[in-house]
Amino acid sequence: MAIIETRNLTYIYPFTEKPAFESVNLSIGRGEFVLLTGPSGCGKTTLCRCLNGLIPHFYGGKLEGEIIVAGLKPSEHPIYKMAQHVGMVFQNPENQLFALTVEKDVAFGLENLGLPRDEIRRRVNWALKVTGIYDLKDKAPFELSGGQQQRVAIASVLAMQPEIIVLDEPTSFLDPLSAKNILETVHQLSRDLKITVILIEHRLDLAARYANRVIVMKDGHIVLDDEPRRAFLDEKIRLIGIGIPKVVKLYFLLREDSVDIGGVPLSPEEASKLIEGVLISDRG
Amino acid sequence: MSVFDGLKFRNISSPIHKIDPRAKFIYVCVLFVISVLFNQILPLLIIFLLQIPLVIIAKVKREWLRLIRGSIFFAIIIFAMNILSLYFYSGQQSLGSIMEYALAMTLRFIVLVESFSIFFLTTSPDMLGLSLEQIGVPYEFCFAFITAIRFVPVLAEEAQTIIDAQRSRGLELEGGNFIKRIRNYIPILIPLIVNAIRRSLEMAEAMESRAWGASKKRTNIYTLKMSGRDYAFILISIIMLLISIYTWLFIKIPSILMS
Amino acid sequence: MGQNGAGKTTLVKHFNGLLKPTKGRVLIDGIDTRNVSVATLSRKVGFVFQNPDHQLFSETVEDEIFFALKNFGFDERVISERVDWALNLLDLTQYRKTSPFMLSGGERKRVALASVLAWDPKILILDEPTIGQDNYQKERLRQFIIQMNQQGKTVIIVTHDIEFVVECEPRVVLMANGKIIADGEAKKILTDPELINRSSLVLPEITQVFLRLNDFGFPSNVINIYEAKRLILERLSGGVSK
Repeated sequence: MAIIETRNLTYIYPFTEKPAFESVNLSIGRGEFVLLTGPSGCGKTTLCRCLNGLIPHFYGGKLEGEIIVAGLKPSEHPIYKMAQHVGMVFQNPENQLFALTVEKDVAFGLENLGLPRDEIRRRVNWALKVTGIYDLKDKAPFELSGGQQQRVAIASVLAMQPEIIVLDEPTSFLDPLSAKNILETVHQLSRDLKITVILIEHRLDLAARYANRVIVMKDGHIVLDDEPRRAFLDEKIRLIGIGIPKVVKLYFLLREDSVDIGGVPLSPEEASKLIEGVLISDRG
Repeated sequence: MSVFDGLKFRNISSPIHKIDPRAKFIYVCVLFVISVLFNQILPLLIIFLLQIPLVIIAKVKREWLRLIRGSIFFAIIIFAMNILSLYFYSGQQSLGSIMEYALAMTLRFIVLVESFSIFFLTTSPDMLGLSLEQIGVPYEFCFAFITAIRFVPVLAEEAQTIIDAQRSRGLELEGGNFIKRIRNYIPILIPLIVNAIRRSLEMAEAMESRAWGASKKRTNIYTLKMSGRDYAFILISIIMLLISIYTWLFIKIPSILMS
Repeated sequence: MGQNGAGKTTLVKHFNGLLKPTKGRVLIDGIDTRNVSVATLSRKVGFVFQNPDHQLFSETVEDEIFFALKNFGFDERVISERVDWALNLLDLTQYRKTSPFMLSGGERKRVALASVLAWDPKILILDEPTIGQDNYQKERLRQFIIQMNQQGKTVIIVTHDIEFVVECEPRVVLMANGKIIADGEAKKILTDPELINRSSLVLPEITQVFLRLNDFGFPSNVINIYEAKRLILERLSGGVSK
């Protein structure tokens, strides 16, 4: 059974005429790692805001069609209820840190829920360990680096033990190394904890290798929804103008000259292995 | 280091830092009452000197001095205003008694600044918010309070960036007549305000996404417990208060200048 | 280029006088920055800040572009021409009378850029221009930068977006811990694992591929996919490469 299901979902922001997205039909299964991408303004961020009820409760506007997340209809439940099933990590680390110590920040959501103190302590320690920031426990969040701050955000979301985590361009403000590390961490967490992950990203060169599914949106519609390698083989993707990883472009360049390296690489490691294979068989 | 660093929390460890904010707050209140009680230089001077050991134990000498030095400006204004108003409106008083009174008022101001400084230098905003919560202030206000404190440095930095950005477009902030100067601040104020609003919307989103408002009875992982030391501190404050009241009621305080 | 906190933005803020050196001098066109105001230097050095929302304050996009031109004392007629020109250059003519706050993030970035280009500075500094941009916007920006450079402008970009830099192949100045640790061709610097390590960057994708193919005698300083393709094809057609 799908953990996220939408049927004909359409949304229009208040005071706007054009829908942010239209007739979206989506079905995401438990444990999937979905990469959601598309040019700016395609509706991907808006779509994700529907998952935890920010739309329609926080943003207002007109939401039509059906959406069921973790068995609940977000429009029928307050955001704080949805927040226990869908955790959201935002783009700017600075504006999602609330407390004066990391520990208190990670505890924030749990405190809001009114859980008993020992339960909170237990979950906070677990979340800190699992994201690798246990020793930053007593530090002030705004003294940390961008990468560390995003880890704090992830930890505070994990502490609430949601079934789904949505990350909205979490690497935007991070340098390449931190970006790489954060995505690797998210991937590991999704595997170990069996959480469903929805990652909105432009940096496909870093993110595509972790996803089992790529959904591409343009102008408010889903135009592609497939396993990453198949998605990159699709004609449409080149027309949309998203950032195709260079190794994928290399694959196509070689194919133009009738060299098939055997598969679409999603990372430099894969690419070099495939190229190696071709070179070796060429020798021998 | 600016003069305002004397009111900013200094994150070090000292016996004074460890005292519960509520106990320190009582101390500040007591000091307020005492300094208002007396019009004479002598008791105010004593109170001023009595707090100095606290400053030293709290290891905040430098910042505290900064603030005191900074407040000299206002102290002089208070002194001058008192002299002038007494001279022109109190008629027959001697210069000596006017001077004494004006000095006392100035000293009162300095004593107040001194005690507030000690309070803020040794109390983390965290602990402050916590103690507000525990006294029973609704969480929304405590949160707003802590968030404000947390964002002061952020907004200050942002203001500087905006000033830099607009100066890079040829905006001159110095010179020009008064009206022009005010107009020149519009390109600074508008981005500042707009960004503050945007920021608060983003924060609100994040707060909602972390179950803000889920429970009427919010848990707090930290609690402030009053220890023996805190009660001792409160006791000392109260004793000081009682001694002061007794003195004020029964003892004639000698004046310093008139003799 | 360099890690966050390496000193990049601090350094470029010296170029238009926002910061003055503690030791040493900064000379812009031979003029010592300590002797001139920021406004005067800015006439020559256009600084586009990372976040356009730190600049935008006007009622219309037009006014926004008008702002700097007025500050620099341009003639009425010239201002009008320049505004038209800048709007056109960045595809903003349709938004002329629109409030900048109503535009999308990418559009606001273009307005900020237009407002700086309007006064035609000789030197253009862009601080992290690619953050939050999608591929199409980045590609546009890249072409734009090349165009500006070809027109004779000096362009300085502060960034840690490796793949973007790889597409432009500029001169690279690498900083770490407040010091310049390398200064030269992109191809040489960005393919040096030691330098990359010290500045907390990541090797370009293509370089990573070729680093692993070292055993096959490939050079390790490849950053361009076309060169990559050429090298592989040569190797496959047997013995043309060295």
